[in-house]
Amino acid sequence: MFLINCPYCGERDQAEFSCGGEAHISRPKNPPDLTDDQWAEYLFLRKNDKGLHYERWNHAFGCRQWFNLARNTATDEILAVYKIGDKPPKLNANTPITPSGEPNIGSGNLATSKKR
Amino acid sequence: MSIRNKYSFFSIAKNALTHHENWQKAWKSPEPKKNYEAIIVGGGGHGLTTAYYLAKNHGIKNIAVIEKGWIGGGNTGRNTTIIRSNYLWDQSAALYEHALKLWEGMSQELNYNVMFSQRGVLNVAHNLHDVRELKRRWHANRLNDIDCEWLDTNKVKEFCPIINTSPNIRYPVLGATLQRRAGTARHDAVAWGYARGADEMGVDIIQNCEVTGINIKNGNITGIETTKGTINSNKVGVAAAGHTSVIANMAGIKLPLESKPLQALVSEPVKPVIDTVVMSNTIHAYVSQSDKGELVIGAGTDGYTSYTQRGGFNIVEDTLMAIVELFPIFSRMKMLRHWGGIVDICPDASPIISKTHINGLYFNCGWGTGGFKATPGSGWVFAHTIANDHAHELNAPFSINRFSSGELVDEHGAAAVAH
Repeated sequence: MFLINCPYCGERDQAEFSCGGEAHISRPKNPPDLTDDQWAEYLFLRKNDKGLHYERWNHAFGCRQWFNLARNTATDEILAVYKIGDKPPKLNANTPITPSGEPNIGSGNLATSKKR
Repeated sequence: MSIRNKYSFFSIAKNALTHHENWQKAWKSPEPKKNYEAIIVGGGGHGLTTAYYLAKNHGIKNIAVIEKGWIGGGNTGRNTTIIRSNYLWDQSAALYEHALKLWEGMSQELNYNVMFSQRGVLNVAHNLHDVRELKRRWHANRLNDIDCEWLDTNKVKEFCPIINTSPNIRYPVLGATLQRRAGTARHDAVAWGYARGADEMGVDIIQNCEVTGINIKNGNITGIETTKGTINSNKVGVAAAGHTSVIANMAGIKLPLESKPLQALVSEPVKPVIDTVVMSNTIHAYVSQSDKGELVIGAGTDGYTSYTQRGGFNIVEDTLMAIVELFPIFSRMKMLRHWGGIVDICPDASPIISKTHINGLYFNCGWGTGGFKATPGSGWVFAHTIANDHAHELNAPFSINRFSSGELVDEHGAAAVAH
């Protein structure tokens, strides 16, 4: 759970929003020429990266506007909010240390202990 | 299982003499060797069963199971332990029923009590559409020789007396399907039991070792890079659940997966109050009671991609609202613990157990929110696929190519949220 800074309404609870999945997937310009694999790529294959992720959100229980988020999927930290049609900002997202790299005792989840 | 290591009444008596301080380790946790005949990435239930059945059914014993955390610390130890096989489509029904049959003999086979309890699973209908869908599934199950019954409202009340069957609630109970052979098992015991069984046959279980790269030469896999160095093998099976896409990226493969947090919670322990499993797709709640007395409650997935192993409180709130409406008796219970696991969801809510275009690289993923019930069956068919380099007849429909060919196994209708 996190807060999302809607570009139209300001900071609101994430429960008000619904996620529309990966952003910047454009519909093929020449649908009849596409091979089955290219259709599969457009319809089903997703980046699903751990780390920086560009995605669409809709303020479903608010202004009902769509916009884009850049979010670190490893920590849920929101890195940028930008409008539909804008180019994705160039960003870096650090992924936290996984259990194999965490200290044996007392680390908890290092991703959550980040100071805001 | 050698006599020396077998768990029995006599081994308990013998170890009592030394104050239970000299029990053997269940598995060895060795350092990785340089070469293996096969490597399994992911030491959860599916990875361990794969290694186990590779050793047992196919005679491949020089195997490493690579786990970035610890055995039983991932989704195997985070799920709500429901086991059933009442799926709609023939392909899924065959796969899950195969798994259910393996569950029925698992404790005996592993010499490890996995506490498999066939207490029945109720799938509750709350509206006319639910009734039609569940009756359709009931008939489909009967045609596939899977036990399933339809219970009307009174019979549901008889089977599970604490359920609220008042016609005046927002989502009244109009009936339910019941699979009596379905039930629950102790989830981490499953991982430990298979880890012990695989270790006994010579499999190396390597914990706290994270895969950092996949080595590919001319379209053939040559091994993996890990935090404990390079490990070579010309067969690598990936069973990494929510992190499958991370591994696939290393091999340059894009998969139709989205990783999302799935939450569950348990209550304070109470005396036995519910002796079955109740699931409802419509109001999105499922509940059972563990042997410790805790209510085990499953929530839904959060609606966004995340690897954080935690989710939104609103999801938990929705689930508990549904639970309290169905079971008013639980309204003042306190919840003790709450967690999330990362599940990899396929667009058709069915798994991928498949070869890839890279020789020797195999994926077992996309189990989404329902992989636990398939644990033994999944390992069985994945081991077959890795050993023979072609799919078992049970997992042939679950090839990665189905997203190009269009032969999807769409289980959203039958499984959807409470998959």
